[in-house]
Amino acid sequence: MSTTTTELGLTETTLLRFATAGSVDDGKSTLVGRLLHDSKSILTDQLEAVERASASRGQETPDLALLTDGLRAEREQGITIDVAYRYFATPRRRFILADTPGHVQYTRNMVTGASTAELTVILIDARNGVVEQTRRHAALAALLRVPHVVLAVNKMDLVDYQEPVFAAIAEEFTAYALELGVPEVTAIPISALAGDNVVEPSANMDWYGGPTVLEHLETVPVTHDLSHCHARLPVQYVIRPQSAEHPDYRGYAGQIAAGSFHVGEQITVLPSGRSTKIAGIDLLGKPVDVAWTTQSVTILLEDDIDISRGDLLVPSKDAPPTTQDIEATVCHVADAPLTVGHRVLLKHGTRTVKAIVKDIPSRLTLDDLSLHPHPGQLVANDIGRVKIRAAEPLPVDSYSDSRRTGSFILIDPNDGTTLTAGMVGESFASPEPVKDESEDDGWDF
Amino acid sequence: MTTTVATVDEGTDAPYALSHLDALESEAVHIFREVAGEFERPVILFSGGKDSIVMLHLALKAFAPAPVPFTLLHVDTGHNFPEVLEYRDRAVAQHGLRLHVASVQDYIDSGVLKERPDGTRNPLQTLPLTEKIQAEKFDAVFGGGRRDEEKARAKERVFSLRDEFSQWDPRRQRPELWNLYNGRHAPGEHVRVFPLSNWTELDVWQYIARENIELPEIYFAHEREVFARAGMWLTAGEWGGPKDGETVEKRQVRYRTVGDMSCTGAVDSDAVTLEQVITEIAASRLTERGATRADDKMSEAAMEDRKREGYF
Repeated sequence: MSTTTTELGLTETTLLRFATAGSVDDGKSTLVGRLLHDSKSILTDQLEAVERASASRGQETPDLALLTDGLRAEREQGITIDVAYRYFATPRRRFILADTPGHVQYTRNMVTGASTAELTVILIDARNGVVEQTRRHAALAALLRVPHVVLAVNKMDLVDYQEPVFAAIAEEFTAYALELGVPEVTAIPISALAGDNVVEPSANMDWYGGPTVLEHLETVPVTHDLSHCHARLPVQYVIRPQSAEHPDYRGYAGQIAAGSFHVGEQITVLPSGRSTKIAGIDLLGKPVDVAWTTQSVTILLEDDIDISRGDLLVPSKDAPPTTQDIEATVCHVADAPLTVGHRVLLKHGTRTVKAIVKDIPSRLTLDDLSLHPHPGQLVANDIGRVKIRAAEPLPVDSYSDSRRTGSFILIDPNDGTTLTAGMVGESFASPEPVKDESEDDGWDF
Repeated sequence: MTTTVATVDEGTDAPYALSHLDALESEAVHIFREVAGEFERPVILFSGGKDSIVMLHLALKAFAPAPVPFTLLHVDTGHNFPEVLEYRDRAVAQHGLRLHVASVQDYIDSGVLKERPDGTRNPLQTLPLTEKIQAEKFDAVFGGGRRDEEKARAKERVFSLRDEFSQWDPRRQRPELWNLYNGRHAPGEHVRVFPLSNWTELDVWQYIARENIELPEIYFAHEREVFARAGMWLTAGEWGGPKDGETVEKRQVRYRTVGDMSCTGAVDSDAVTLEQVITEIAASRLTERGATRADDKMSEAAMEDRKREGYF
C-alpha cells in the first residue's frame, strides 16, 4: 500500500453505521445535508442537480432534502417514505448513514435503519424540547439496543444559543433514556442551518466544550470488549471442493455473528449437540489463529461430523439453550396484520423453520410505554410482545446479549413477504441509575 | 444526573476493529454465501467493468478453494470496448467459468428492437436481459450496483425482488433487518442481489489496489481519438460518431466507468497507476456517473422508471 496522501488518502480506516431519527420539522434533512456538504461528500454535479430541481419548483435556495429524497412519490409529496442510505467519508472514518423518516407511521423504517446501526442521532428542536416523538425515538433506540445515542439539540440559533435551554433538554432526555436502559447518551447543541457544532465548532456556544457531531461520529468506538460476548457462528454454506488438489477439504463458511473463535477451541454444533475442536480458520484465503465478529470465515474441524447450512457453531463451554417456544418483542413491518394462530416462517441466523404465532400478550405504545393487553393482532408499525412456537428447537440468545443471534424475522410462507422483526427476551434493559460511561454492557453488534 | 460529554481520542478500536474495506468485504462475502445457500440458479452479471470484476473477485474468495457455484451473464450491447471484451473472455477462461451472453445486436438484427435515433443502446439492454433470465430460469441475479451511485439506488435493497416481468416495485420491496436477508420468491420471480450496495467508488478503487486486481487498460490514462458530445469525450467509432460538426482529436484520457461506447465518456487524465487513479478520484469534485454517463442525466425520475422496467 502506497503512503501517498490525498484528501482521503489510501489508508484504510474504520466504518461506522449510524442512523438518524427526527422529523423534517426538526431540521433532519438540513443536518444530513450539512454533514454531507461540510464533509465535502456532496459533489458539484449533485449540488447543481439539486439547484436545478429546486429552481424548477420555484424555491429560492437549494433544498438539501432533495439530496436524499430519491423516489418520485416522495418528491411529489415532499416526504420521505423509506430508508435511504447515504455514504460519506473523512480521512478518519467511513460512514454509512441509514436516513429514516421520523413520523409515527414509519416506525418500521426506523426499526430497519436502527437494526444495523451502532449509533443513532436523535434530533430535537431546541424551542420544543423533549416531545412525544422524542420519547418514541429514544424508546426505539433502547429497544433495538443501539449502543450509542447522540442527542442533537438543533436550532440553538433560535433560542439565542442559551446554555440553560440546552442543559435542561439534555438532562430531561438523558434521564429518560437511561431509564430505558440506553447505555450512553451524548448531547450536542447544534444549529444545522447555521452550521454550529455539526462539522465546525461553534463560535456562538463557547460554553460547550465537547465534540461536534462529526468529531463524535469519527471517534466513537465501533468495537467493544469481546470477552463478554457469547461466540456464535451460523453456518451459511459447506465448502467441499472434492478436487484432486483438495480431496478431503470440508469447510464451514459463515460470518461470525458474535464474539471470537480460535484454533484448538472445543466447539459444539447446534442443534445436534455434537462436539469437536477447531482445526483451522480460513480468513478468505489466509489461515489465522483467531477470528472475531463480523469476519466472514471458513472453519475446519478435527472430526468429520454432519454439519449443514442452518447449524450454529458455539463454544462448548458457552452454548445457548435450544427452545421451540420463543417470547419476543416485535415490530410488525407488513401491511397485513399479524394475528394469533398465524402460520409463518421464522428466519433466525441461517436457519428458516415453520412457526406459529401462539399469543400476542400485549401491544406497546412507544410514546408513553403503556401496555395494551391482548390486542389480538398487530398492524403495520405496531410494537408488541409475541409468543411463538417453532417447528424445531432453535438456539436463540437474548437480544440484549447478542443483536445478531437474538434477532429473527417472520416471513409469510405464501408470498414471501417479510412480516415482522423480532427481538428475543425482554423489551428494555434494566435501568442502571449510575453508569460508568466507559462500560458498554457487552452489547453485540 | 449528568450528560456524558465525549472527549475526542484516537485508537479506541484496537484490536478488534475491522478496517472499512475488511468490513465491506466480509459483508459482500456473506451475501454471496447466503445466495449460494438459498437459491437454485444464481448468475453474476459480468461486463468486464470494474464493479463486476470486484464482484467476481469477492465470489472467488467466498468459496475458495472450491470453484464459484455461479455462472456469469453479460448483456452485450454490441458497442463494447474491445479491451473490455478481451478481459471478459480471459477472466472466464482463467477461472473455468461458464459465460452466458445476451446480445442486443441479435435483437436489432431480428427486428425485435429498434436502434434509437441517438445511437445509444444502454436502454435497449433491458429486454435481452429479462428474456435471458426467464429462458435460463435464473432465480438470483447479482449486479454490481451501488447505493451511492444515484438517488433512486439509495433506496435499493441488497435483495431486490423482481416479478415475473423483471419489474421493480418500490412498494413491494421488503424491509431488510439486521443481516437477515429474505430471498423467498414465487416461481418465475427472481431476486436481484447487490453485494456492493454499501461500497462507494473510492472503496472499490481502494479494494482493487489492496487486492492487486488487474483491470482492463482503458481505466488508465492512454492516448485515444475522441470527440466532444454533450460535454463528454466519446470514443470515435462505427457506433455513430463523430457526426457533422464534431471533430476528432487525440487526447490523453482514461475511463472512470465502462459501459456502452455511445454513452460512456472519458476524462482527461494522466493517471497511469492505481495510486494515481485513486488520488485523482479522491480529489475529484464530480461524481462518477455525473461526469461520464449520459443516461443518468436524462431526468430526475429516469433511473427509477428504468428500474421498474427491469433495468440493472
